[in-house]
Amino acid sequence: MLKNRIIPCLDVKNGRVVKGINFVDLKDAGDPVEQAKIYSDGGADEICFLDITASNENRDTIYEVVEKTSKKCFVPLTVGGGVRSVDDINKLLNCGADKVSINTAAVENSKVVVDSSKKFGSQCIVVAIDAKKKGNKWEVFTHGGRNNSGIDALEYAKKMEDSGAGELLVTSMDRDGTQVGYDIELMSKISSKVNIPLIASGGVGNLDHLVEGIKSGKASAVLAASIFHYGKYSVKEAKQYLESKGIPVRT
Amino acid sequence: MNVTIVDYKSGNISSVINSFKEVAENKVKIEVTSDISKIKSTDKVVLPGQGSFKSCMDALQSIKGLVDSLNEFVMNKKKPLLGICVGLQMFADVGYEESETKGLGWISGKVTKIDNQNGKYKLPHIGWNQINIVKGSKIFKDIKDKSHMYFVHSYEFVPTDKNSISATTDYSSKHVCAVEKENIFGTQFHPEKSDKTGLKIINNFINL
Repeated sequence: MLKNRIIPCLDVKNGRVVKGINFVDLKDAGDPVEQAKIYSDGGADEICFLDITASNENRDTIYEVVEKTSKKCFVPLTVGGGVRSVDDINKLLNCGADKVSINTAAVENSKVVVDSSKKFGSQCIVVAIDAKKKGNKWEVFTHGGRNNSGIDALEYAKKMEDSGAGELLVTSMDRDGTQVGYDIELMSKISSKVNIPLIASGGVGNLDHLVEGIKSGKASAVLAASIFHYGKYSVKEAKQYLESKGIPVRT
Repeated sequence: MNVTIVDYKSGNISSVINSFKEVAENKVKIEVTSDISKIKSTDKVVLPGQGSFKSCMDALQSIKGLVDSLNEFVMNKKKPLLGICVGLQMFADVGYEESETKGLGWISGKVTKIDNQNGKYKLPHIGWNQINIVKGSKIFKDIKDKSHMYFVHSYEFVPTDKNSISATTDYSSKHVCAVEKENIFGTQFHPEKSDKTGLKIINNFINL
């Protein structure tokens, strides 16, 4: 039976982890390789790096991070943030990323998704959708949530599936950082609309939220950051909890 | 001993290279090449594969003499080869992804899309699933039945020769996820991304 996945996400800036595990005994809390290794040894099903490097001149730091991590970490590695073109995707894959997530570039030009999935296969193309509720629908935001594209998130999700995305990483802008739980309605609506797996993101504050994301949100995988980074829960505890609620996990 | 990973410019093989180098340490030489003379003289070959069946077959054929050399290596010299993902699928006679495409024909059978039962099962089949070991394969030494492996695929290999099946997995139906026929080994899952258990399979292959 296919297991539901738990994916810790690390924010990386200028090649250093800025939002990640914050344990006292960590030798170098800023080292992405060390952090990824702790998670993969702890049972994380995948690792996600989100590159939040702002300036263009430091953009290349992520390639080095991916290259080093992929030599030590033998679970799938997804990398996103600032991915603009097929060439960016190519470079990340060559450095050892297993999947690349595309956000703003996919909204601006869906051809990036079409071309990259043709060239590298859908299995490595994740489209990240940042959505915010407006009235009774959700709209897609770009540029790290700063700009409203006005595009309907459900229609966009379907379009991305048709363009060749292998997975969707859906983040609720309303919930992100609030720790009150995923936007279940958004997740389940998108998941029911498409036939590709959905990764739920944004809003996790406790383990019941992960359960809801899978059971009610119909997500194949759940992504979380802070609940793991600050030692509130370990990935292992999360898995045990999910299992106790009847959710299949890899143990 | 030399283990050669065939680099035929189709898809992303960095993870395969990294995992083999990790396991081999410095005891075994891991070579990454599409140079036919090197493939001819090596001890073991790894055939990765990402993207579609058609794009992988096209890419193999675009390198002059590569398919012939692989045939010679596998069918005449009977040296060990491990196919991963589409690398395994290409063992088939024919694949139906994009368009009907002739495969390498090493293990008779076809590659077809997984039946998603009208949307009940999402495709690609992505994530960790358990393998049912149906016969003792050399690459499964010390691997427990029901071990978790990482999968990413929408197509499955349906061999006519059922004796070649070494493991299956359950998704929509019971489908083939590993084969062994004499010197030919293949996994539909990605041992290079399957954590410690996956690395053990790679180690078993290296130590054959």
